[in-house]
Amino acid sequence: MEATEPEAFRGELRAWLEDNCPDEMRDGRNDEASICWGGKNWKFASDAQRTWLERCVTKGYTVPTWPVEYGGAGLNREQEKIFHDEMRRLNARYPLQSFGIWMLGPALLHFGTHEQKKHYLPPIARGEVRWCQGYSEPGAGSDLASLQTRCEDKGDHWLVNGQKIWTSYADKADWIFALVRTDRDAPKHKGISFVLIDMQSDGVSTRPIKLISGVSPFCETFFDHVKVPKDLVVGEVNRGWDVAKYLLTHEREMISAAGGTMGAGRPLGAVLADSETGLTDPVLRADAMRAEIDGLAVGLTLERYKDQAEAGQGAGDASAMLKYMGTELNKRRLELVMAAGGSDALGWDDDRAPNWLRTKANSIEGGTSEVMLSIISKRVLGLPG
Amino acid sequence: MAKLVRTDEEALLAEAARGFLDGAAPVSRLRNMRDSGETADPGLWKAMVEMGWAGILVPEAAGGSDMGHAAACVLAGEMGKTLASSPFISTAVIAATALRQVSDRRATEALGRIAAGQATYALAVDEGAKFDPANTRMEARADGNGFRLNGEKRFVVDGGNADRLLVLARTGNGLTLFDIPSGREGVSRERRATIDSRDTADIRFDEVVATGEDVLGQVDDAMTVLKPALEAGQAALAAEMAGLAAGAFGMTVEYLKERKQFGVPIGAFQALQHRAAHLWCECEVTASAIMHAGRMLDDDPGNASLAVSLAKARATDTAQRAVQEGVQMHGGIGMTDAFDMGFYMKRARVAAEWLGDYGYHANIVAQARGF
Repeated sequence: MEATEPEAFRGELRAWLEDNCPDEMRDGRNDEASICWGGKNWKFASDAQRTWLERCVTKGYTVPTWPVEYGGAGLNREQEKIFHDEMRRLNARYPLQSFGIWMLGPALLHFGTHEQKKHYLPPIARGEVRWCQGYSEPGAGSDLASLQTRCEDKGDHWLVNGQKIWTSYADKADWIFALVRTDRDAPKHKGISFVLIDMQSDGVSTRPIKLISGVSPFCETFFDHVKVPKDLVVGEVNRGWDVAKYLLTHEREMISAAGGTMGAGRPLGAVLADSETGLTDPVLRADAMRAEIDGLAVGLTLERYKDQAEAGQGAGDASAMLKYMGTELNKRRLELVMAAGGSDALGWDDDRAPNWLRTKANSIEGGTSEVMLSIISKRVLGLPG
Repeated sequence: MAKLVRTDEEALLAEAARGFLDGAAPVSRLRNMRDSGETADPGLWKAMVEMGWAGILVPEAAGGSDMGHAAACVLAGEMGKTLASSPFISTAVIAATALRQVSDRRATEALGRIAAGQATYALAVDEGAKFDPANTRMEARADGNGFRLNGEKRFVVDGGNADRLLVLARTGNGLTLFDIPSGREGVSRERRATIDSRDTADIRFDEVVATGEDVLGQVDDAMTVLKPALEAGQAALAAEMAGLAAGAFGMTVEYLKERKQFGVPIGAFQALQHRAAHLWCECEVTASAIMHAGRMLDDDPGNASLAVSLAKARATDTAQRAVQEGVQMHGGIGMTDAFDMGFYMKRARVAAEWLGDYGYHANIVAQARGF
């Protein structure tokens, strides 16, 4: 059991982290190469990475807010904040990151049956199963609800045929959670279901897509007569859009958090000062000051919305705002990093150029900035059309 | 730090303020004041005093409600939505905060007079076109047991009507803050017609006598008293500007729903929808910075500078964006004097300059963030 008093909890947590976090895991790195994604085929980059994961699993710290019975630590919001504070204080890497933690977990916790939760959540928490997300299709991007991947009821199983695109790390994932069409005659939002599919099933294949940043985080995923057991629909059949909307909201909060936490973390001035040109150019300096101000304020907005949600004043559509502002901010920051770096930042030999190029996807993935603005104008402002 | 969500007390205060201001101080009240050639509205201030707003930062022992800076920001925000014109920030926020830094009987009595609506104040700091208290030149020359003040202060907001002036001047080894009646011999006030139609004055000091009694805090150490007062004022002004932005934005969104062109409400056009949605995002982000500044001033006032400057910078940016979009999206009517949007634009410009513009506060943020 965790101590319930915040300061007692902080003390215990701090001591535990000090004793258990390997030195090599105290560099705060969070780039693609340093992240532990877990999964059946995961190759640990070091003994320290393995040790750190195993130790955190015993405490539920890979998914600190999940209930203890599903592999979490059952932390409340205040304790969660302390957890992140203390992790930052030690500059500790997160022991495990995955789409299972970020996306499927919250969906199952909200919509799943007890059996689904018991069966699928603990392996995510332990880093044993790696999940990917199958939403977009070649013909269904911003207009996601027009997706056409077919899922037919064959009595004792479902039969899935179709293609997904932008499935992050599908080539490395063990399972996929996907939106599929279970009723082709219903209005487009009302014939969609949310299914779980084993990537080892016959008929599933993937092909990585190389991005401008040089990496291939996204794949095309093909389903050719894939049989899926009947109990692998999450939520009600044909009500998958509810799950999808819930998860999209969650995804946007997560992506925007990347922009917000940067504001709360290392100041942009310090980042830019590392470069040779630094902040001596007054134009660059002024732009950086504006970006810093906006970053701090977006970070506070993230905090405010979390506080509001905790006080029962949740505003789901607010996630569209955070996603839009957070990702646009992130793009601005990386533009500044590149400008400050000058010709030093133009090579593939450090991470500035790849990071800069990667941010260009931030305002597209998980719903484009333009879709976010349309959501706000309709749902928040009540504008017609 | 306290949470970034309104307390029940703050929510009730906002509701009460909105109810009162919608009835007593719609934008038409400012318009009438302007049209009558006045720069102050003593009747409105009297009503605010009766609501207890003058004492929002005054200790209960001195007759105030002592609700704190976040609450003062709530009030200022509601005032901003309909451009209610009053010496609230100068008197109830800046002067009250300055006086609270001094714990003598005289200061307590002065706080009591503020809460009771018996004294209004103006802060006389600026000497050039930009806010820059550290480079104050006006001299308070030592003279016997006291001082003689000589020089000119510009852009003294609420200075044309205030009963008392807080004057920043250079003394032997630093800066000193004086608290003197505006009617003292040698003080001459010239009212300026600023674009926001509100009270601003340039004030000359000609051999004005000040005694040790008139010094607020210690000689040569103005900032101990003034810095918290400035930060309180800057936060409240930022809140007013955020309220102003919300007011201008609300009018604009309503217009987008009403105004028809090409047979449809213009709010059906995506070009306008996205601009309106972006503006809403800016308003939301700024609201967070305002609430954070209020919380910091209440919970950790010694370390509130970054939060306050962040709020003032963001509010300045957002308010100016809101009024520019407000005029543009209203089209022809937006540029007429008969329509209220112009009042919002003019107040935003004045408030942008008062107590430090975007650049001034951006530099404070940058410094605090290691630039």
